[in-house]
Parts: sequence; C-alpha cells; structure tokens
Amino acid sequence: MIEGILIGLQTALSLKNILMVVMGCFFGTIIGMLPGLGPMTAIALMIPITYGFEPATGLILMAGVYYGAVFGGSTSSILINAPGVPGTVATAFDGYPMAQQGKAGKALAIAAYSSFAGGTISAIFLLFAAPSLSKVSLAFRSPDYFALMVLGLTAVSAFSSKGQFLKAMMMVILGLMLATVGQDSLSDITRFTFNNMNLTDGISFVLVVMATFAMSEALTIILKGKDPSRATEKISLSQLGSIKLDKDERNKMLKSIPRSSVLGFLIGVLPGAGATIASFLAYGMERNYVNEDEKKKFGKGSVHGLAAPETANNAACSGSFVPLLTLGIPGSGTTAVMLGALLGFGIQPGPRLYMTNPEIFWSVIMSMYIGMVILLILNLPLIPYIARVLATPKNFLIPLILFFSVTGIYLMSFNNFDIFLMIGIAIVATFLRLYNFPMAPLILAFVLGGLIEENLRRSLLISDGSFSFLWDRPLTAVIFGGTILLVSWQIYKSIKR
Amino acid sequence: MRISTDKIISLLFFVLSALYLYQTYQIRVFSFDEDAPFNAKTFPTFIAFFGMFLSILYVVLPERIPSKVDHKVLDYKSTLFLVVIATIYGFIILRAGFFLSTSLFLFFSYYFLGERRWIWMFVLSFPFVALFMFLLHGLLDIYLRDPFLKMLGIIG
Repeated sequence: MIEGILIGLQTALSLKNILMVVMGCFFGTIIGMLPGLGPMTAIALMIPITYGFEPATGLILMAGVYYGAVFGGSTSSILINAPGVPGTVATAFDGYPMAQQGKAGKALAIAAYSSFAGGTISAIFLLFAAPSLSKVSLAFRSPDYFALMVLGLTAVSAFSSKGQFLKAMMMVILGLMLATVGQDSLSDITRFTFNNMNLTDGISFVLVVMATFAMSEALTIILKGKDPSRATEKISLSQLGSIKLDKDERNKMLKSIPRSSVLGFLIGVLPGAGATIASFLAYGMERNYVNEDEKKKFGKGSVHGLAAPETANNAACSGSFVPLLTLGIPGSGTTAVMLGALLGFGIQPGPRLYMTNPEIFWSVIMSMYIGMVILLILNLPLIPYIARVLATPKNFLIPLILFFSVTGIYLMSFNNFDIFLMIGIAIVATFLRLYNFPMAPLILAFVLGGLIEENLRRSLLISDGSFSFLWDRPLTAVIFGGTILLVSWQIYKSIKR
Repeated sequence: MRISTDKIISLLFFVLSALYLYQTYQIRVFSFDEDAPFNAKTFPTFIAFFGMFLSILYVVLPERIPSKVDHKVLDYKSTLFLVVIATIYGFIILRAGFFLSTSLFLFFSYYFLGERRWIWMFVLSFPFVALFMFLLHGLLDIYLRDPFLKMLGIIG
C-alpha cells in the first residue's frame, strides 16, 4: 500500500495534475453554485476537455469538479436558499438563517471547514477501504456482478426521487434501451440503428449526459421562466461578514464532524444512496445527539445543523468512489458519469484496477487530499468574489450552457447528426423532467447497459440458459434477495397509499 | 374517468416498449445463434417486456405523488426559440465554420432571451468564441474545421 501511495503522490503532485485539481475545484465551485446545475452537469461539461489528457489527469480533473460542485452548491444554499445540488438542501436549513442574521461569512466558513474535514477524513477511510474491498471483490463472478448492477439500478431508482420509484425504473429501462443501440459487442450484429450509419457505433455517452443534464437543465430553466440570479437581489454578495469563528463555534464543529464523516462515508458507499441522503441523515442524527438548548436552535442558524450535513455530503462523495474504484460499479449518477468517461479512456475500473493501473487508482485517492486543501484555500478568501457568479443573468447563462453542450458534442464527432440527436433527447428529457421523471437512473442504466448484458450473457451461458445462476451462489442469492426486498418494499408503499 | 398526464406518459412508454420489442424481433441473428442460451436479441427482449410490465404497473397502481404542472406559467415560446436556434446552429456549423456559427448563435440567443446590453452581448459572443478557439488550438491542440476563417486566411 505504501508503494501505491507513493505512486499516487508522484502522479497527483505533478504540476499538470495539481493545476487540474485547482481548475476542477474552481470550475466545479462556479458551476455547482448556479442553482439547477449540479455536479453531473459540471462533469459532463468537462468530459470533452478531459479526452485530451492522460486518464489519471482526466479523472483527477473530474474528481476536483465533483468536490467543487458540491461545495458550490452549499454556497448558493447558504446565500440565497437555492441549493445548487440536492446534496446541499439540508445545508440551507441552518445556513440560510445564519446568512439572514448577517453571519453569511461565518456560515460559509463553517461549510468550508466542515467540507474539508468530511472530505479529508473520508478520503482516509477510502485509502484503507478501497484496496481491501478490491481484494474481496476478486471473488466476484459474472452472476454476482449482474446481481450487483441490478441492485445498484434498483437502489438508485428507490432513492433518487421520493415516491417516484416506478418512474425511475422506467427511466432505467429507457437508459438500457439507448445503451443497446449500435453493434452488439460479441456478434457485431447491428441493433436499432434503422440503417443509419451514424448509429452503428452506438449513442455516445457524452451526448446522452449533455442532453439529459446540461442542455435539458438549461431548457428547463427557460421553460419555467425562473431567473436564478434574481434571488441574489436580497443579499449583498460583496459584504458577507467576518469568516472568523469563535471558540464555542469551533468546539461545536469539532463534535459534529467525526460522527457525520463516518455516517457520510458509509452512506456514500451504498449504491443509490449518496450525498443527499447522507446530509439529511446527518442532520437528523445531529439533532438527536445535541442537548435540548441546541436542539431548539436547529432551523434557526445552528452551527451543529450546518456542520453536520456539510461534513456528511463531502464524506459521501469520497465514499461513492469505493464501489466505482473497487467493483467498477458506480453507486450514483455522478460516479456513473465518471465511469462512462473512464470507459471512454479505455479503462475498466474494477478489482484489478489497482493492479493494472495503480497510478490511476492511487492518484485519484491522493488528489482528493490535495483537492480538499485547494478547496479550502480557494473558497475561504475568494468566496465573496466567486459568489458574484450567482448574479449571472439567465440571458447569458443559458446560451453559454447550450454553447458548451453543442461544442462538446461537435468536438467529439465533427458531424451534425449527433447535435440533432442531442437536441432531440434534450427535448424529451425536459418534458420528462417536468413530470418528475428522474434522469440519474437513466444515465446509470445507460453506462451500465453494456456491462449488464455482458455479465448476463456469461451467466446464462454458464448455466446453459437457466436463471438458476441467480440463486446457485450464496453471494448472488443474497444480492438478488436484496433487490427483491427493495422492489417489494417500494411496491408495497405504493399499494398501501 | 380522468387520467393523469403521468399515466398517459406511462402508456406512451408502454407503446415505446412494444415498438422496441417489435424492433427486437427484427434483429437478424446468425443461424447457429438462434437457439443459443444468449444472442443479440435476448437482452433487448428482457428490457422490452420489463418496460411493458413497469408501465402497466404504473397505470394500475395508485399514484403516490401526482405531478402538477401549470402550463400557463411555462415559457414555451422562448424554449421553442432556443431549440430552433440550436438546430439552425447545428445545420450551419459545418458550412459556416465554428467561429461564425457559434458567435451568431450566442449573440442571437442573448438577444431573443431579452438581453439588450450590446457591449456584453458582443464581448460574450465574437471575442469569447475567438478566445475559446485559441484555447482549443493553442492549449489542447484540437483542430476545428472553419471554412470562414480559412477563407480570411486566419487559420490554415
């Protein structure tokens, strides 16, 4: 492990990679800050740029964007009560009241310190958990992988949007349908191409991400007629108050951070859970831990109430890398986007990644520490300036998002068929968003589609076409049982109502 | 009986899954693969049937949280405009080149969204795209075909 850490440090500390972390954190913070645009959009917009880099550099940039976007989301939650990402909704519960009391600087400082601590502590957990889990996951066979991916899709559908399980599952099916377009990986037979040569290689992953997130989010903002920058009229972005914390505030933070870090990391590791659930659970847990006097302050600007979700959402981000790096299975929409980008580099994450590409495996983990430090350095002194991004009017913001989306696709294929296909998918996605059909399960299914088919193929060939492979091995049976329980629970909830 | 839009969408999803199933049966697999435990049709067939099952389930089960969309407040005009201008942008990008098509796309998008600060509109279109192209060429070494700039002799 020491050797791996040194390899990771060597790669992560190269000037180019440090520059990438700084760039990633900076752009991630800016994009994440804009309400409606989350880490997935931020990463999607960066993918075309990363293809010009080495895989390790590209992944380091995307990891920086991820953390930056989560932190940026906190800033808009605190300052204008408009969370940039769902994972920072809980941050607004106490962060916004603090800002209203003229303590916006303090609230941002608590968020920055908590994010730093949560991210750093969970990166230490990741350092130990990832290699150990990689060794365990070497015992996984095709049926286990198949069952695990189905569980991941079901879990993301169950947790991605409250009470919309069946809608999310329909999005999973739509994602799988899109993934089957093009040549079959084994027989090379073309499927669902309608004799169109442009579809022979399948639909580009970047195209689907850009269409369902960046472009569709931009169209949704216009369709709903909301201008995110109007919310900034209520607050002075240049006078946010002192960022210095007193001893009492520091002590409160020190109590909240360790327990929220552990909780956030564990939730992040689970497929389908992630920053949103982690932050809500941490908020609830913290409320139960504190004394009666502190409990009364929750929702009115409590330090505990702000530090806990902020720590947990960053810890969950690191945690979500565990299944991606060790099993090659993303546990969330954001890590699914990263998996798609890695596959684009020709790299298959999984238990053998840390043996075949140690520089990628370790440098990503090491860059997380560097990223956390950079986020802290970048955000504390610069936040009054960065926060002005919130005032960007939609008249400029939306065309620029559309420009980056179209250019990103154009740079990858240099044909206009992909641009039209992207616009078409974006229109459908915008309509579906209006009716609360979540997009994250679609992306996850699209990315995992090929892997699921491959593992199902192997499993069925081994069992001679029988579905007994689902219960022949105890591990597969346990994972598959978990999926059945989850589905039954969700359907029971629907019927009960 | 009133049926919600969510349920209509799930019925449309049923139709989509049925069409997908029809297309799945049109896939021509190799003769030796026809009776194999797994061929190019197997996975799409599962997907199609599962999609039809889910959509029927959604229609049959009671809705937990029906979506409420007030169409009166939705700005269809601006959205449609953006879609049209992005489509035109897609049409002309190969012929007019990246610089001109992108700059015009940005400028007109700002204008039609109601922006009238001409200096900012100009700065964030023509010079902005020029800087972006310089970064692509200079830093990332990505070549962008541009007949317009080539005609002017700016790029090779």
